[in-house]
Amino acid sequence: MIEVKDLTVKYGGVTSLDGMNLLFERGVCGLIGPNGAGKTTFFNVLSGFVRPASGSVTAFGDDLLKLTHFRRARWGIRRTFQTEQAISDLTVYDNVAMIHSKLRGSARRDDVLASIEFVGGGISPWAKVGSLTAGQRRLVEVARAVAGKPRLVLLDEPAAGLPEEETSHLTGVIKAIPGHTGALTILVDHDMVLVNAVCETTAVLDFGKLIASGPTAQVLRDEHVMRAYLGTAEVA
Amino acid sequence: MIDTAGPKATATARRGPVMDRRALTRTIVIVVLLLLALLALPPLMSAYYTSTMIQVAIYSIVTLGLGLLVGRVGLYSLGQLAVLTIGAWVGARLLFATSQPFILVMIEAGLVTMIIGSLITLPALRLRGLYLALITLMLAGGVTVVMQTLNFPNGGGGFSGYNGSQLHIPQIRRPSFAGTDPAFYRFSVIVAIVMFLLVFVHLRTRPGRAWAAIKQSEPSALAAGINTTFYKLWAMALAAFVTGVAGALLAGYQRELLSIQFPIQNSILLLAVVLVGGAFSLAGAVIAGFLQAFLPAALYNLWGVPNDWLIILFGLGVMQVLATAPGGIADQFPKDMKRLYRQISRLWRPAPPPATADGAARRIIIQETAEIHTRSVVIEEYGQARAAAEEQADLGPSRGAEGEREP
Repeated sequence: MIEVKDLTVKYGGVTSLDGMNLLFERGVCGLIGPNGAGKTTFFNVLSGFVRPASGSVTAFGDDLLKLTHFRRARWGIRRTFQTEQAISDLTVYDNVAMIHSKLRGSARRDDVLASIEFVGGGISPWAKVGSLTAGQRRLVEVARAVAGKPRLVLLDEPAAGLPEEETSHLTGVIKAIPGHTGALTILVDHDMVLVNAVCETTAVLDFGKLIASGPTAQVLRDEHVMRAYLGTAEVA
Repeated sequence: MIDTAGPKATATARRGPVMDRRALTRTIVIVVLLLLALLALPPLMSAYYTSTMIQVAIYSIVTLGLGLLVGRVGLYSLGQLAVLTIGAWVGARLLFATSQPFILVMIEAGLVTMIIGSLITLPALRLRGLYLALITLMLAGGVTVVMQTLNFPNGGGGFSGYNGSQLHIPQIRRPSFAGTDPAFYRFSVIVAIVMFLLVFVHLRTRPGRAWAAIKQSEPSALAAGINTTFYKLWAMALAAFVTGVAGALLAGYQRELLSIQFPIQNSILLLAVVLVGGAFSLAGAVIAGFLQAFLPAALYNLWGVPNDWLIILFGLGVMQVLATAPGGIADQFPKDMKRLYRQISRLWRPAPPPATADGAARRIIIQETAEIHTRSVVIEEYGQARAAAEEQADLGPSRGAEGEREP
């Protein structure tokens, strides 16, 4: 469970998040909104890369904002980036094993291999990431995000730029993350088909404010959302 | 729903990375080369080249440290020669002041250098790229200045261990089992091997992963729970340690150290050498060691080429690296050899079937052609649109201006 209260982020004169309130319970939750709405800023606050001007973020009873950025992975936050950031010099195994984990020895090894197996895509753990396709590199990033007993998985446009068949594979993977790890998963994406397919609940950000939240199908039909996000023409 | 790539793939995955044939060949080649260097080479070499090869071993350790920083972590340091100087100073001082075994002194020199080096670079850890290079160059300059006043120990007393009025200067001692040059050469090679193994183990385990992550993307490293400052400091400390050990070795090799041995421009040359040799591989460090110590000696010995010419040579080398071969000689040479082998083997074999009748390759070509076509269409359309826009823009204001001029 993650609860965000009155979260405000300012970059100089620009207010990126403007008193954002949010509550996600469990499963895969979608966070959508037009470009510049503050979705990635919100993720950066959760990762600790951006210090908010005010507000609080409580996840599973812990105050996240108190933790230093690199300690948040130890707490259990995982994330992927809008531009894929798999480390090309390393093997797939090392890319996943990079994540901080409390597991040691063979348990850790099994966890890493299980994560790679979980994302599928026919990726060998011993292949260099530099030799993989864009879609496979995305999957490696997702594998890293599910390794080491995560509690909160943040996926920032994981399907961006992927062809249809790979997106549909990824859809299955994302859907299975909460069952596989027990983690609350937040998905940011512009692909409404993907959001509709994997998210039970969805929240909509616009100009740093939450304008709607609830069951995905209902939110996507909301008139305000359509106006803010999909354009007015679609309402008419 | 989830493709697990079949049970077979997973079964091999569980077994772990199998040592493939290439890795095995590589290991055999390395072992044979090292045995040659240790056993076959010393009796064959003249005194001049023995002395040169000791330097190669020592500078390989130095370039190993710098290569680690530059190639693996992305920290551009120009202060490694200063670190070497500190190691040499500490080593020389301890060798004069105590009767501890040489190997122990080497380790101590490494540790002291590590502490000093880490403390000095601690404030610089938030910097990267050009700024880190500048700060470390200043550090190198500072150490040079200190050395000019402090001088290297020459058997005197006090903290500095320097006695300017001494008539008979005692030599810095060597290990009892490696007093002669050939023996000291073997000893240096073994020390170098140990240092390379130390770094190799680091690269293969958690620090290596952390460094690779930091080098490519610090946010990604932080998001994975890597304390980037700590691991950068670790890299600096490890590089300083091996360089400090090399410093003590250098003290034993030279037997008498002078402050003019470490001019500041050599710090820059060292970075060039590391880039040309190959910053991304351990073999590159060895090649860099040869470039640094062997090439000048050989060129001078064979044709009397003065060392200054090397600056031009290395300059060209760096240009080549930046332009076409980012992996340096260590990466480029095997590729070129493979290409050469293919060229030669083609002379014997009948002409291969025209093109690779591989569907995949053909598809790629077709795709690329299509892409180029779309791109050119887009560019053309853009050009037309822009020309139209410019025409309009040109007509608008210029007409107005003309209108103003002729009322």
